[in-house]
Amino acid sequence: MSMAIEKTAAAGASIIQMNGVNKWFGEFHVLKDINLAVERGERIVICGPSGSGKSTMIRCINALEEHQRGKIVVDGIELTSNLKNIDAIRREVGMVFQQFNLFPHLTVMENLTLAPIWVRKVPKKEAEETAMYFLERVRIPEQAQKYPGQLSGGQQQRVAIARSLCMKPKIMLFDEPTSALDPEMVKEVLDTMVGLAEEGMTMLCVTHEMGFARTVADRVIFMDFGEIVEQNVPESFFGNPQSDRLKLFLSQILH
Amino acid sequence: MTDQTLNRQIDTAAREGESPVIQPPVAKRGLIGWLRANLFSTWYNSIVTLLLLYLLLQIVPGMIDWVFLSAVWTPASAEVCRAASGACWAFIHEKYRLILFGTYPFAEQWRPTLAVAIFLALILSSCNRLFWKPWLGLAWIVGLVAVAVLMYGGVLGLTLVPTTRWGGLPLTLMLATFGLAFGFPLGILMALGRRSNMPALRLLSVGYIELIRGVPLITVLFMAMVMFPLFLPQGVSINNLLRAQIGIILFASAYLAEVVRGGLQAIPKGQYEAADSLGLSYWQKTGLIILPQALRISIPPLVNTFIGFFKDTSLVLIIGLFDLVGAAKTALTDPAWRGFYRESYFFIAIIYFVFCYSMSKYSQYLEKKLNVGTRR
Repeated sequence: MSMAIEKTAAAGASIIQMNGVNKWFGEFHVLKDINLAVERGERIVICGPSGSGKSTMIRCINALEEHQRGKIVVDGIELTSNLKNIDAIRREVGMVFQQFNLFPHLTVMENLTLAPIWVRKVPKKEAEETAMYFLERVRIPEQAQKYPGQLSGGQQQRVAIARSLCMKPKIMLFDEPTSALDPEMVKEVLDTMVGLAEEGMTMLCVTHEMGFARTVADRVIFMDFGEIVEQNVPESFFGNPQSDRLKLFLSQILH
Repeated sequence: MTDQTLNRQIDTAAREGESPVIQPPVAKRGLIGWLRANLFSTWYNSIVTLLLLYLLLQIVPGMIDWVFLSAVWTPASAEVCRAASGACWAFIHEKYRLILFGTYPFAEQWRPTLAVAIFLALILSSCNRLFWKPWLGLAWIVGLVAVAVLMYGGVLGLTLVPTTRWGGLPLTLMLATFGLAFGFPLGILMALGRRSNMPALRLLSVGYIELIRGVPLITVLFMAMVMFPLFLPQGVSINNLLRAQIGIILFASAYLAEVVRGGLQAIPKGQYEAADSLGLSYWQKTGLIILPQALRISIPPLVNTFIGFFKDTSLVLIIGLFDLVGAAKTALTDPAWRGFYRESYFFIAIIYFVFCYSMSKYSQYLEKKLNVGTRR
């Protein structure tokens, strides 16, 4: 398997490299010349108005969306239409969705052990032990035998995070993980993400939670009309925005 | 409870800082209450109720009289039957073996009996979720081979019975079971093919489904009988029954494909994306995530199609195979017992009803069982 995958970058380089990435939805130019390098252990928050292409950008990293021009290299593997490369990258990249996307016909435990057993070929018992470990980390071990439909939104999102972690990914992508949650459940999910960040996970989060960005992010990226307009460390990003578009955006979301 | 007492309760509760415990209003109970609510709630409902009551009074007593009271229950000659005003169950007593087993040799009819028993045992054990284990597949293979050996014979000291003499219930069960057992997986593949990203595969599936759905089952059966041999090399012939069976399988698969496709379309895109992002392969994603959910949603229309096909197997009568309906017709050709068609059809109608109603009931049970997880 690994023989077939070309390692195009030396270990130690950026874990994600996007060079001149372009994408169109029909006629609509959704990503314009995206250049982005993410270092190992880096925590990045991406924000911007809706329709600015931020979700599309992180969905390109695990090939849920196909980019049409440019080059994406993830953990030394170039993302091409080669299915082997795509599978190899998806094994290393976890993703958490706005709508949780848990498998409703499986119990929480089965949700967590399915991919390790079938994709990583981990023995069932070991997969269940790992699953229990991560359920305890997201503080809902007692829900293991329930079905997703029996849990609250916040609990479901924590299960979704645990499900991704069970694959022991090197990178975690969060696509507006708190946007579908009731306000009182946002904190429990953010706490889980903060815990994850403190352990050195490489994270890319599309989120409107600016408090989270301030406390956790190494870098905040602002996207608008399919472009990366501005990026900076949180203090400068919020304290000293350069472009007018970012100033306008910040004035709209920070009352 | 009056409004004042209610208010007082709420006041007290509010003072004590807890919500009041209020009983729901007592429903109007009793037979009169039920009749009022369900049959005579408005003037037009009352008229419909009375009309239906009148119709039932017109029909039911006559039917009870024909089926039970004036019927001939004991074995009797056709003359006795003709004299009676009710049903002639003596006819069924005389002919039930012909109706159930067709023209299968009389002395050998324990063989189709056993075959039907094996079929029923297989079907019933497959209905129990506790038995959904790999050995069930093995049991089906062994069971179906046993059925074939029993029916056809020629080995183990069993005399050979050609398929032209098979008939009745075993034939109906065989056509339906094989038709659905092979048509269902084929239908699932066609449904997946129709939603595939590969244009050639999609075109093939769409072409197949639309072509087969575009013609009546009778046409497919005639094609299997008349056209199919033209495509075979000289001297090679395929058994009539097998040809009909293949026709039924192809026809069932096209219909089941569309039912399954309906289920597939109801699965949210997020389920595919979640499976993809976890690195599951296409077949893992389809087999573990998408199909279990899609088939669960499709249970009611699937069972509807199953029931339809169970009854549609009776069309093989047209191409000279004697299924349950064919055998019932044959029983009527006996000059001594001519004219008892009502009894004959009543009898097979009950057999069909038992099978179809069981399927319907089982599907309801299955829906309830399988929805445990998704119900809140």
